[in-house]
Amino acid sequence: MSEQTMSPVTREEARLEAPELLSTAPQEVGERPVRGGRRRPFAPFVRAWRQLTSMRTALLLLFLLALAAVPGSLLPQRSVDPTLVTIYIAKHPKLGPFLDRLSGFDVFAAPWFAAIYALLFISLIGCLIPRIRMHAKALLRKPPKAPAHPARLSTGTMFETSAPVADVIAVGTKVLRGRRYRVSGDVGTVAAEKGYLRETGNLAFHVSLVVLLAGIAVGSMFGYTGKVVITDGGGFTNTLVQYDNFNHGALVKTDQLNPFSFRMNKFTATYQADGTPATFTADVNLQEKPGGPRVHHVVRVNDPLKIGEAKVYLINHGYSPHVVVKDKTGTVIFDDYVPCVASDTANLTSSCVFKIPDTGLAPKGELKVPQQIGVRAVLAPTFADNNFGGSVFPALRNPRLAGVQVYVGDLGIDAGTPQNVYTLNTTRMTLDKNIKGPNGSSTPILDPRNPKADTVTNLPGGLVLTVDNVKDYAVFAVKYDPGKGLVLLAAIAMLVGLVGSLLVRRRRMWIRASPSSSSGRTVVEIGGLARSGSLSAEFEDLVRRVKARLPEQG
Amino acid sequence: MSGLSNDLFVATVMAYAIAMVGFAFDLAFRRAPTRLIRAAAPVAAQQKALVGAGAPVDAAPPAPPAIEVVEDEDRGYGRGGRIAVALTLVGWVTHLATIVTRGFAAHRVPWGNMYEFSTIVAFIAITAFLVLLQRQKARWLGTFVLVPVVLYLGLAGTVLYVKAGPLVPALNSYWLKIHVVAAMTATAMFFVSGIIAITYLFKLRRPDGPLLSRLPDAASLDRLTYGLVAFAFPIWTFAVMAGAIWAEAAWGRYWGWDPKETWSFITWVIYAAYLHSRATAGWKGKRAAYFAVAAFGAMIINYYVVNTFIVGLHSYAGVK
Repeated sequence: MSEQTMSPVTREEARLEAPELLSTAPQEVGERPVRGGRRRPFAPFVRAWRQLTSMRTALLLLFLLALAAVPGSLLPQRSVDPTLVTIYIAKHPKLGPFLDRLSGFDVFAAPWFAAIYALLFISLIGCLIPRIRMHAKALLRKPPKAPAHPARLSTGTMFETSAPVADVIAVGTKVLRGRRYRVSGDVGTVAAEKGYLRETGNLAFHVSLVVLLAGIAVGSMFGYTGKVVITDGGGFTNTLVQYDNFNHGALVKTDQLNPFSFRMNKFTATYQADGTPATFTADVNLQEKPGGPRVHHVVRVNDPLKIGEAKVYLINHGYSPHVVVKDKTGTVIFDDYVPCVASDTANLTSSCVFKIPDTGLAPKGELKVPQQIGVRAVLAPTFADNNFGGSVFPALRNPRLAGVQVYVGDLGIDAGTPQNVYTLNTTRMTLDKNIKGPNGSSTPILDPRNPKADTVTNLPGGLVLTVDNVKDYAVFAVKYDPGKGLVLLAAIAMLVGLVGSLLVRRRRMWIRASPSSSSGRTVVEIGGLARSGSLSAEFEDLVRRVKARLPEQG
Repeated sequence: MSGLSNDLFVATVMAYAIAMVGFAFDLAFRRAPTRLIRAAAPVAAQQKALVGAGAPVDAAPPAPPAIEVVEDEDRGYGRGGRIAVALTLVGWVTHLATIVTRGFAAHRVPWGNMYEFSTIVAFIAITAFLVLLQRQKARWLGTFVLVPVVLYLGLAGTVLYVKAGPLVPALNSYWLKIHVVAAMTATAMFFVSGIIAITYLFKLRRPDGPLLSRLPDAASLDRLTYGLVAFAFPIWTFAVMAGAIWAEAAWGRYWGWDPKETWSFITWVIYAAYLHSRATAGWKGKRAAYFAVAAFGAMIINYYVVNTFIVGLHSYAGVK
């Protein structure tokens, strides 16, 4: 709206708003006065800075940020599940690697994602600094002086009273103070303002947003997170080598992790009759320091173990069969509980891989192929023939190890390339079809609870494999995030600021009292102005309160 | 108890369906309001309204304070309108009853799966509508709220329905109560604001078009959208934060870009853009409304698509 088309009232309101800016929002790019004349070498930079800190750019960046997050929910993400990413790339041999080059599987760590939020935060900070300065000034300043005729404002009224001018001003000041307005009086006028909390809240919200980001940054630089699988009776010490998987920030000293250790006595899962899980608990003995006392704890889902700033969460569970391999002399060459991975999360049918690298058998053939053993099998905690050998219930009621396959050859461990312990690479191995399970079957089903049906014989070199027990295992996640407290504080401040900035309204009220030239009484004019929304209810209330304290109006 | 809850659910949907027809009839055939005026003395008008309508306001959440009171000169309630309001109230009562009985049937808070979540979101949306009806005479809104609510409940009752039962361990936390209540309230408010933002865009295009001429003027629709978003946005922010606190307790990280978290973030960012755009020259009005509609779309995706089609930690909907 240009100055010429404004009605007198609107122009008056604009004047009252403009000099002290009822809102401390910065002016838009292009609206600022341009100082002509001299050539200024920094002008392009100044213009670029103004462009970046303008609300329009911020809006665009916000929208871009939302848009950039979308692929992160559609494509599998390494940060969430790296296995799904590997599967996706294998399934899409052309598109997969291309998306990978574009950070499609690490969207939230991608340079282009970082670029958007970095620009957004620079824009935000650039916008915040002048606003904080303006708001600080506004807080120290008196409310702007009353206009000549407050009654002419769009929310305004006028009445006469027999009270003298000084009384009207005193009453007005008292009422406005009582309504917690900031009041400044003058001869014959009162100026009042309220709702500074709106901008305070707004600034608190945005500053907290920056603090929140700082908290996240601290966490990602000094924090670590790892996963560890522990079978009943097993233990864990917080050192790098004991983790199955470990991610840490750039500034973490991996040789100086919090030196706690714990032993898992027993993991217990209970289920509803239909197999839906009811409770998961892990019974552990925690030792916070080497040589310290062992303290008993129960870890539950939603209820982690706390050691200083580190936390240990119970995040998953499964079964570990007890695998024993003996050579032909009866000497034990392998004895371990091997965790199996659930392929069916409802009834916990799990796939197992046992790797026995040191069999004591001589390499075979011209190529000297090592004679290592790899076993694949399916573990059903509650076995049922009518379910194709799969499990029909998640608890360990009638366990069987079915579909046992024995491979002989090179496990590929010796090459030094890291490999997944839960998968078997059989490219350099051959399936041994001569094995004999219980009842002489070559596709054996083992019953770990029946000593007569838990053994496979006739393996190469006369080896004997026995699976005589199954125990629970639990998966724990160890997390350390020193930025978490800061993030929480910032989040609370954000919320408080947000509520203030959306619910509080900045408004101004003016009262002017002057002796009437005709009647000898006092003419009282009251007017109000708010930047957003309607002021009428509050205004009515104010006028009523002022009138109630003055004699004889008309 | 579970059966009773289901019967009440059917009764609710039927009451709303008939009310929906009534509101549509009312909107199509009543006299068009000659003009809408900004209430000069809303105190008196509001008091009149309080005596007039018998909506159970006490149980309703307080309406957003930023909304301006809009007076509709056309006071006449046609028969269709009266029946529609009465049936909406009946439906509201049976709706409340179906939620309460469901809670008793399952021996827990009745918001543990998508069916229950949808039911309560629809309930809060209807409550918001009744508050607007009472405070702002927003009878025109009836059709636009009830059509999606009936569809939404229909979908909940057929596709999303699961029998009342206990919770899976991951959901068994007091944060369920806090996080989900906030999420449901914000979702319902965004739902109503999204509908109004869409009618606003139509109104802008053809202010005097058929039916559109019977709606309040564009500026009031814009203010109403803003009021609802300004009310719901802090609640949504809180819901996301409470979710993060719960995630920290359950999984050891407050934020992990799980699809649900990602889409909550997207929804939050677009609503933030909406709130900013209303304060930006050249972006007020139509462009701002596009943000409101886009954010509403993101919320729907977050709710339906993410829960049912994308596998993540929030796949507890019970829908297979």
